[in-house]
Amino acid sequence: MSAVGNIIKKELKELLTPATFIPIIIIAAIYGSMGGSIQEIQKEAAEPPIIGVINEDNSSLSNVVNNVLMTNAEVVFNSTSSNDIEFGLKTINEQQGVALIVIDKNFTSRITNEEYGNIEIYWIMKGAGILDSISSSGVEYLLRVINTNISEQLIKSNTSINASVILTPTQKVETTYFKGKEFKGLSPNSIVNMLSSQSILIPIIMMMIIIMAGGIVITSMALEKENKTLETLLTLPVKRTSIVSGKIIASAIIGFLLALIYMVGMSYYLQGFSQGGSIIAKYNLVLNTQGFIIVGISLFVTLIAALALCMLLGTFAKNYKSAQTLTFPVTMLALIPMFISLFMDFDTLPLAGKVFVFAIPFSHPMMAPRALIFGDYTFVFSGIAYSAIFAIVTIIVVVWIFNTDRILTGSTKRKREGRRSIINIFRGRRF
Amino acid sequence: MAAIEVKNLVKKYGTIDAVKDVSFTVNNGEIFGLIGPNGAGKTTVLRIISTILRITSGSVKVLDYDLYKNAGEIRKMISYLPEDAGAYKNLKGREYLEFIARFFNNGKKTQEMVEKGVLIANLGDRINDRVDTYSKGMMRRLLVGRALMIEPKLAILDEPTSGLDVINAQEIRKIIKNTTEAGTTILLSSHNMLEVELLCDRIALIAEGKIVETGRPKDLMGKYNARNIEEVFTRVVK
Repeated sequence: MSAVGNIIKKELKELLTPATFIPIIIIAAIYGSMGGSIQEIQKEAAEPPIIGVINEDNSSLSNVVNNVLMTNAEVVFNSTSSNDIEFGLKTINEQQGVALIVIDKNFTSRITNEEYGNIEIYWIMKGAGILDSISSSGVEYLLRVINTNISEQLIKSNTSINASVILTPTQKVETTYFKGKEFKGLSPNSIVNMLSSQSILIPIIMMMIIIMAGGIVITSMALEKENKTLETLLTLPVKRTSIVSGKIIASAIIGFLLALIYMVGMSYYLQGFSQGGSIIAKYNLVLNTQGFIIVGISLFVTLIAALALCMLLGTFAKNYKSAQTLTFPVTMLALIPMFISLFMDFDTLPLAGKVFVFAIPFSHPMMAPRALIFGDYTFVFSGIAYSAIFAIVTIIVVVWIFNTDRILTGSTKRKREGRRSIINIFRGRRF
Repeated sequence: MAAIEVKNLVKKYGTIDAVKDVSFTVNNGEIFGLIGPNGAGKTTVLRIISTILRITSGSVKVLDYDLYKNAGEIRKMISYLPEDAGAYKNLKGREYLEFIARFFNNGKKTQEMVEKGVLIANLGDRINDRVDTYSKGMMRRLLVGRALMIEPKLAILDEPTSGLDVINAQEIRKIIKNTTEAGTTILLSSHNMLEVELLCDRIALIAEGKIVETGRPKDLMGKYNARNIEEVFTRVVK
């Protein structure tokens, strides 16, 4: 074998390890599943929207509207009286529809009198994720078609109506129903935008803290082993719980500081995209003081859970290089809920998706602001409870590992002794 | 009261028997050496006595405390210097000594302990430099200072002069010898037979996880009609 061949063979042997391939395989799987979800959404968007129609006008131009809707949408409710709005909404909601469209009784006469014809749209909003608003885009498209068709008819009839009315003959009067609340004058898209501007910061802060502080914990454990300081530390008169909690708290402080520096720049950047505060306040789409405190508690509990998980992973780290590999699963667990909370709504996820997202403790502070705005306290408190249980169990496991040979040798002792040390943790006995 | 009593100690790593039925006693105030080649089980025995590895079977008493039941008490009285140990590289030498001292004392007593460590390490002004600028010899001296500044009742030193040049090794041997005069018992491991002859009051020869001979260096040399411990070891193992 040539010298080059010899070196290539050695390099391949060193580089072809599970640690090299597993992260890439996971990323590929995630992209694959995301692609599948997007295809599903595109398929859904391509299907005719499910709507209801109330035509109070029944004259030439309102019939143009009616024809467009009947031809291009799946109309599950049809009426001529605005008294049926409530019943219509109920029917559409049962049929998983997106909107009830009411054509005003003066629709045609307003347009011929050079006023915009009113189309009232009652939106039934399912979720507040960016991808959830795709379902309303089908109806938005039909409204553009309606405008075009009415304009065409007005032009053909050689009318002397004002050009601006001819070009845009209708105006929307929108009301959106979402999670038991009524938002007059708002479309689902504007609600999604408002909520995004309110809840985008928390997921990004959480993700940054977890990745930064988590990396610090894992690296700290790896360096203790690599620099051979861990053996000395373990022989000092200090409780294992003190070592574990000391490392977690120090990393949390550093993580907060790093995230704070990052967020100063990020918040200025996001200000450019946020909605006006007065509009958000008008619709009560803001967190109150109590909400902020609850989100803070959720953040704190989740951070402890995240760092405990990182400590657990850190016990597997042999050196700095292996620590870098071990930060990958934590990074992924932080990124997945961040993207889900930005693009989708927990309520509109399939059951398996809900279980998956709920099981990741990092998801909860990311989803908490939106849930609190809509008064879903049960969801937020159950998330805090779950994260707290996750943190406690993980810390117990880490302390147990610190009490076994695994921390130094990479393998635990017999099962009997392992059980004995867990019992001793509860008894407060040190080893 | 013996400083260490080891009875029928067995330690397994999975299917590997690292220590096989080892028994020995270390008396108070003596320097006891565990002597053997690499992989003989010396470090495992020292780690067990230092409370960081668990035993598979047998019993170990340190300063009259049961190793399993009273590990916390034992840690207050012992000091362990692992082979090739390091210190926190972002700390200065003095800061590292302060970090360790704070586990044993508070306030003025901490400073007294640190000053003792500075004296033992004998690094001059370099004690105020970052640890990552130290040579191997300086690092070892800092760590010996760290191990002995707390005035432990038992100091467990794993290859204390490993990898050091003659001058540094001699310095450290001198420090170890002086420490026993203050009442500290020393358990050390080494594969340097000359060092053992010079330092230890008694030794145990260990090979393949078993203690094959115990006694005073001079007595063993007489028993095996050998000129040095190296010859004793070769004859015992054969």
